[in-house]
Amino acid sequence: MSIFLEGLFNGISIGSVLLISALGLAIVFGLMGVINLAHGELMMLGAYTTFVVQNIFKGFGEPWFDFYILAAIPFAFLVAGLAGLALEKSVIRYLYGRPLETLLATWGVSLILQQLVRSISSSLSISIAIFCLLWFTPLFFLSRRSNWQQIKSWAIAIILPISLGVATLTGILINNTENKSLTRPWFSARNVDVTAPSWLRGGFAFENFQLPYARLFIIGLTIICVIATYWFLNKSTWGLRIRAVTQNREMSSCLGIPTGKVDALTFALGSGLAGIAGCAISFLGSVGPNTGQNYIVDAFMVVVVGGVGNLFGTIISALAIGIINYIIIVGSSSLAFSLSASNSGDLGFINLVDFFNFFATTSMAKVLVFALIIAFLQIKPAGIFPQKGRGVEL
Amino acid sequence: MNDIIPDSASRFAQSKKQKQKFLIEIATVIGLLIIFAVIMPLVLPEFRLRLLGRFLSLTIVALGIDLIWGYTGLLSLGHGIFFALGGYCLAMYLNLQIPEGTLPEFFTLYGVKELPLVWQPFYSLPVTIILLTFIPALVAGFLGYLIFRNRIKGVYFSILTQAALLVFFNFFNGQQKLINGTNGLKTDTEKIFGLLVSDPKVQLNFYLLTVLFVFLTYVLCRWLTSGRFGRLLIAIRDDENRVRFTGYNPTWFKVLVFAISGAIAGIAGAFYTVQTGIITPSVMQVGFSIEMVIWVAVGGRGTLVGAIIGTLLVRLAQTFLSEKFPEVWLFFQGALFLIVVTVLPAGIIGGIRQLMINIENRQKVVTYPAIDINPEIQAEKEELEHE
Repeated sequence: MSIFLEGLFNGISIGSVLLISALGLAIVFGLMGVINLAHGELMMLGAYTTFVVQNIFKGFGEPWFDFYILAAIPFAFLVAGLAGLALEKSVIRYLYGRPLETLLATWGVSLILQQLVRSISSSLSISIAIFCLLWFTPLFFLSRRSNWQQIKSWAIAIILPISLGVATLTGILINNTENKSLTRPWFSARNVDVTAPSWLRGGFAFENFQLPYARLFIIGLTIICVIATYWFLNKSTWGLRIRAVTQNREMSSCLGIPTGKVDALTFALGSGLAGIAGCAISFLGSVGPNTGQNYIVDAFMVVVVGGVGNLFGTIISALAIGIINYIIIVGSSSLAFSLSASNSGDLGFINLVDFFNFFATTSMAKVLVFALIIAFLQIKPAGIFPQKGRGVEL
Repeated sequence: MNDIIPDSASRFAQSKKQKQKFLIEIATVIGLLIIFAVIMPLVLPEFRLRLLGRFLSLTIVALGIDLIWGYTGLLSLGHGIFFALGGYCLAMYLNLQIPEGTLPEFFTLYGVKELPLVWQPFYSLPVTIILLTFIPALVAGFLGYLIFRNRIKGVYFSILTQAALLVFFNFFNGQQKLINGTNGLKTDTEKIFGLLVSDPKVQLNFYLLTVLFVFLTYVLCRWLTSGRFGRLLIAIRDDENRVRFTGYNPTWFKVLVFAISGAIAGIAGAFYTVQTGIITPSVMQVGFSIEMVIWVAVGGRGTLVGAIIGTLLVRLAQTFLSEKFPEVWLFFQGALFLIVVTVLPAGIIGGIRQLMINIENRQKVVTYPAIDINPEIQAEKEELEHE
């Protein structure tokens, strides 16, 4: 019984990590049809935000430090959400309806974000601020003019090189002063560690195995996020608008729903959820610029299996993949163990033990889970809950 | 009467123009072949030539990607798999060029006494060459069949290929006893026909072979995309349902073209491996396979020359930037993705073509040529008089 419960718990805990990282994707990809390969990097931003908030709270002393998570979660949501909003406004807005292009563009964004975290320093952020100032201020004023459409290409051709040049020059000048406090990167290229507060260390003993508090916390956080998202999409006014736009964009627009705003909001919401997911994964191990990459493919698999545009399908598929993953690792290693315990030196037996040991590693579990996903898609190509419709494109 | 003559005339002029274009293309290709095969080895120092050889082997895989993405509309993010499979096949052959009865060195580290079954076919060169094209093709065909059979397409296909890539990456990393896991297989210290692979003479031959294969792949892709088959591929890209309604089954065409592209990637991987000196699972990192796509996008998807030019340009920029400013390269690469997608969706070649068409059209709109000064009709008239 306890083995069964332990398996269930571990499966659910793997599944909850999958679910929380796939939840934002289920909104961005499932509802909007936008492939956001930078989703992993938004998670990474959330994790780094947690790290920063933790360092700030370290300065406040002991009783406060224990509760830094409660501040870190909304901050992670905000930072990732704002980054997502900027991404939508600057790039993705122009690429709706061209999913393959979006995929490539967001990959480019993810590369930039990775390098940004590695090399961001005070001098770099000053340059970026100068660029934004020189770029957006003239554009803001010029776009108010009545002949904006005519001068647009000229204005961009003049302002862009000037603002880029000034920003780069300032950056180089600051770097040449060799002021260490300005040029030193904020986070080095190495991974950073988030220490869990004291109340999340240790675990809850149940029969003869431990339930780590950190895992329980992630499960709880996932449940809260799922419920909040569900409530937002199904009960709030903006949720209603989001659902309306995803079902029929033209009709919603005719009824006076600001579809541009809805798009931006949906994307920001999905990105914000990625930030919370980043906060959660920062308890599972050290955080580096490449952290997001480890989660993104799995998250996409969850959404594909769950069926696009269906939150419930995402939940089920995340839990199922998590539990199956755990069963494969533990099941085959325990089978191998029990077989080798009752081994009588038979050659066929040793081969069988080798066979099961072969699958007992994490990498082989991944191989097997992928094979199962492909097999599953043979039966249900559009996921657990396919979208219903009468169109040719299903 | 009036209806027929301009029509046939324009058709005639068109076929003449096409012939001209074809001749120009052949001349350009032969010219480039001479530059790369004869002049480059004389001009470039040994190290740079090897680098160029590597870039050229990457152009082969870019051609394969152009075939499936530019012409068929399948964006594969998993070409690293086929690339690596081809590379590993050749590396296994090279690692077996040792006295009979001994094992490649790394096996002793893991206490393996017998040569694994997988390695057995790679004793002979012909078998290796066949396998390094057919294994990637079969894997691609099988994966493609399972996906296309269900009419899974578009981004779902891309995501699934990426997941497959990750799976292969994990699998290859985990197999220490079979293929030396993360460390990969070295080829530089091995021998081929009694000579060290890293020997300059051998490397020169590999370089020339690479140039030859870039040429052959180009011809193959050109042939595939110009005929009936090519038109079907483009039709699948533009409107798959209509192709299906017309009575074709797109699945098999897609499977076939994906398998061909996989085989091309395998060949490219083999050439890349011998000119790099090592093959490790790191060629199956997610980033590398997406990079392959951006080479094609920069040059211009749907144009074979574009794939080659794009690869060479991006790789050159990468070598230059990562030598001079290592930090800037990722920023630059990211910006490249963004720029290509937003500003230059047709790539360099596509952009130039669009520009040419615009210039031509502008002239045509301004002065509509009368019949007696229209060069096309004059040419037609002359031809008729000669007959």
